[in-house]
Amino acid sequence: MPKDSGIGASPKRREDVRFLSGTGNYTDDIQVTGQAYVHFLRSDVAHAKINGLNLDAASAMPGVVKIFTGADFEGVGGIPCGWQVTDRHGEPMQEPAHPVLAQGKVRYVGDQIAAVVAETLEQARDAAEAIEVDLEELPAVVDMKAALAEGATKVHDDLTSNLCYDWGFVEENKPAVDAAFEAAAHVTTLELRNNRLVANPMEPRVAIGDFNRATGESTLYTTSQNPHVIRLLMGAFVLGIPEHKLRVVAPDVGGGFGTKIFHYAEEAFCTFAAKALNRPVKWTSTRSEAFISDAHGRDHVTKIELALDADNNFTALRTDTYANMGAYLSTFAPSVPTWLHGTLMAGNYKTPLIYVNVKAVFTNTVPVDAYRGAGRPEATYQLERVIDKAARELGVDPIALRRQNFITEFPYATPVAVEYDTGDYHGTMDALEKMADLSGFEARRKESEARGKLRGFGVNCYIEACGIAPSNLVGQLGARAGLYESATVRVNATGGIVVMTGSHSHGQGHETSFPQVIAEMIGIDESMVEIEHGDTANTPMGMGTYGSRSIAVGGSAMVRATEKIIAKAKKIAAHLMEAAEADIELKDGAFSVAGTDKSVAWGDVTLAAYVPHNYPLEDIEPGLEETAFYDPANFTYPSGAYACEVEVDPDTGKVTIEAFNAADDFGNIINPMIVDGQVHGGIGQGIGQALLENAAYDENGQLLSASYMDYAMPRASDVPFYGVDHSSQTPCTHNPLGVKGCGEAGAIGSPPAVVNAVVDALRSGGHDIHHIDMPVSPSRVWQAMNG
Amino acid sequence: MSQVTMTVNGKEMSGDAEGRTLLSQFLRETLGLTGTHVGCDTSQCGACVVHVDGVAVKSCTMLAMEAEGASVDTIEGQAAQDGTLNALQQAFQDHHGLQCGFCTPGMIMSAADLLKSNPNPTEAEVRHHLEGNICRCTGYHNIVKAIMAASGQDVSSIAAE
Repeated sequence: MPKDSGIGASPKRREDVRFLSGTGNYTDDIQVTGQAYVHFLRSDVAHAKINGLNLDAASAMPGVVKIFTGADFEGVGGIPCGWQVTDRHGEPMQEPAHPVLAQGKVRYVGDQIAAVVAETLEQARDAAEAIEVDLEELPAVVDMKAALAEGATKVHDDLTSNLCYDWGFVEENKPAVDAAFEAAAHVTTLELRNNRLVANPMEPRVAIGDFNRATGESTLYTTSQNPHVIRLLMGAFVLGIPEHKLRVVAPDVGGGFGTKIFHYAEEAFCTFAAKALNRPVKWTSTRSEAFISDAHGRDHVTKIELALDADNNFTALRTDTYANMGAYLSTFAPSVPTWLHGTLMAGNYKTPLIYVNVKAVFTNTVPVDAYRGAGRPEATYQLERVIDKAARELGVDPIALRRQNFITEFPYATPVAVEYDTGDYHGTMDALEKMADLSGFEARRKESEARGKLRGFGVNCYIEACGIAPSNLVGQLGARAGLYESATVRVNATGGIVVMTGSHSHGQGHETSFPQVIAEMIGIDESMVEIEHGDTANTPMGMGTYGSRSIAVGGSAMVRATEKIIAKAKKIAAHLMEAAEADIELKDGAFSVAGTDKSVAWGDVTLAAYVPHNYPLEDIEPGLEETAFYDPANFTYPSGAYACEVEVDPDTGKVTIEAFNAADDFGNIINPMIVDGQVHGGIGQGIGQALLENAAYDENGQLLSASYMDYAMPRASDVPFYGVDHSSQTPCTHNPLGVKGCGEAGAIGSPPAVVNAVVDALRSGGHDIHHIDMPVSPSRVWQAMNG
Repeated sequence: MSQVTMTVNGKEMSGDAEGRTLLSQFLRETLGLTGTHVGCDTSQCGACVVHVDGVAVKSCTMLAMEAEGASVDTIEGQAAQDGTLNALQQAFQDHHGLQCGFCTPGMIMSAADLLKSNPNPTEAEVRHHLEGNICRCTGYHNIVKAIMAASGQDVSSIAAE
């Protein structure tokens, strides 16, 4: 019988009521009295020297308040990068300056040349068209390998080359890995590209800066996944505003998927301009603008090699990856191809020796940073593709080859520096085989063939590192921030609770799931608990939501704070019942004395805390409010097995997804309905990457797919109903809820399953192909079949 | 600037609009009805779908002046006066058919249009009808399920919520 409240129940989402009735409060819904509007004049070429800007005509246009250029930002800080990677020679990465508005040069299509502030948006746009820009176009570097060639045009003149870093991991293992390849019975090699994507949350980014001259306080309303991080980065590194004079508000946010983690120049501009002009300044991105200003994701080019012994055991893995950074370093960009990628290369397998090389490259393209999964989808894709290829080369069943090499004993220390606490990879694979009706596949294939179609089955396993992350560890790895989370639990006099969390919900449903945890711990109704988030003015310093960290890290902080609340409430209850504190038990919202019929209700204790007439004032303070900061001891390691079944039309090359099944192990689950929804959404995005999406640049650095007319977003008719299963649960051993996180799994686990299925389908039709790059579009499939 | 008057959710409303002012912009900025969302600038995403004289339109494809004298229904007018969600809104909540909520107003208005002309749509018909509505959060699973449930169909055999 499913529970109807508390941990493990699926109450309806309370946030839905406002979203369904049009009463949400998204950033663009906010109108600040007296606000002016900014329009950014962006570069339409990928690389150019700015020889001059003539603002005379534009400045005289109706409604123009002021036109800002790079010159206005001399002496102002640049957009900072939050992670410094050390290369394989022990040297720090090359880190270019990243001005708020271009200084002398533009480096990608979309780079901000000037910002026009006017009374209306239309006036700002009209005036921007009247700015005379004298650009001297320079050769653009787009292809990563060409960017590293001798004599290539440099994106940044003051750097030695376009190489950001050359990272080796684990560098000391390289000779042993190379020796294992020499000794291998079989080596499978695959070269592939993890296609460049645009995250595309449906709500475009918005920033509104406001300044109060009387108090000297700045406020930024922004579409962010982590308002405290923006406050820290922008306040400390760009504008020099201390935290107590800077408030950042991220209200209802319409999806993030990583691209709303980062601190963007538009946020700093609006905050700066609001103070300079002493009036609010608002920017709302158009979708076309989002394509050339939101950080992109993925864009890795990889050669992967897998060594096996004569019994098909994996003996070594070696990869060589080029990772695109774009023109500047976005907030967490350097960490994605390194610590969020190299550390995952063991996957679900006991490969004893691994060496990962990553060359991060500057190009004249939009900056690239984390997108749902961030490094882990890239790791999983190459690993699971090369295993599939190895199985076919060796003539063995792809599932059997995986099972043979599964890690089965935990904790397991991988050769890439992480330790998996728990997992059951056979368990998720067992669940998957059942769901996906593997035994019925041959009959389905015959039925497809009878209709002239090719049918394929693809499987994939994944492991991810979530619950990001132990601060001391990430500090050693180059993070310029801690990655704890915070919660303040405020119990009111009549027993209701408000939790102020540093986590941020932009679709994940925290307002519903977080109260389930507190309700379970205290034994009260969920309706007595409210969640506040997204405003630095009333929430403790937190690091926000990404890396599937909300419940694992933010939830744990909330548990720790609630434990403090319960401990204090027990002292109060003991006093009220004149009993020993050690004898007090809390159950179903009442405190009782063990072995007696004495009890006091939750509300009696909370009232006593705020009306302390009969209260142990000599021992404890009045009130009932506690804060906890939780720093995780390790990452969490969700895992799973996914299967995709496709049909390919040999006449057109079109691929249709006939079935998609996902068996995940997320440890304990707070709200199964929300967890299922997270997996569905991730699979939808993964299918999008595999079949449809591609941020394509031409050789001049023009983004060819820069609107929804050109960038193929998955639609309802591109995907089927998904099967999901979470019956395999190995709880995390190091956080109080035993949870692992579920936000990114679907996007990590699905692309390789789709491509494996397409390759299987084509091979069943006699086509001797081993790989097609994503997106597996009809033209690529047709070309693969017809050479 | 000219004054434009229309009946919005049963109530006559007026405001100033430029010739180039879009209906979506007029609803959001002039009338303060921010439930209608704008997710793109090429009329692909469908977050801005409203009904004009009973027909579903993307309000970013229509000038405010073209709606002069028209009857416009938006997401704000879908629930009952006391806030009770209508059957379609309720089905979206029951079946977790929304996450971030940004595409949701357009999804509801588009789905309402479908159910008006096709009260018992198949899965394929629902998916086809949603061609002009993009959701990035849900993978569409629970949206399709919610719309079929709102039409009175038994969706219990469709996998998890």
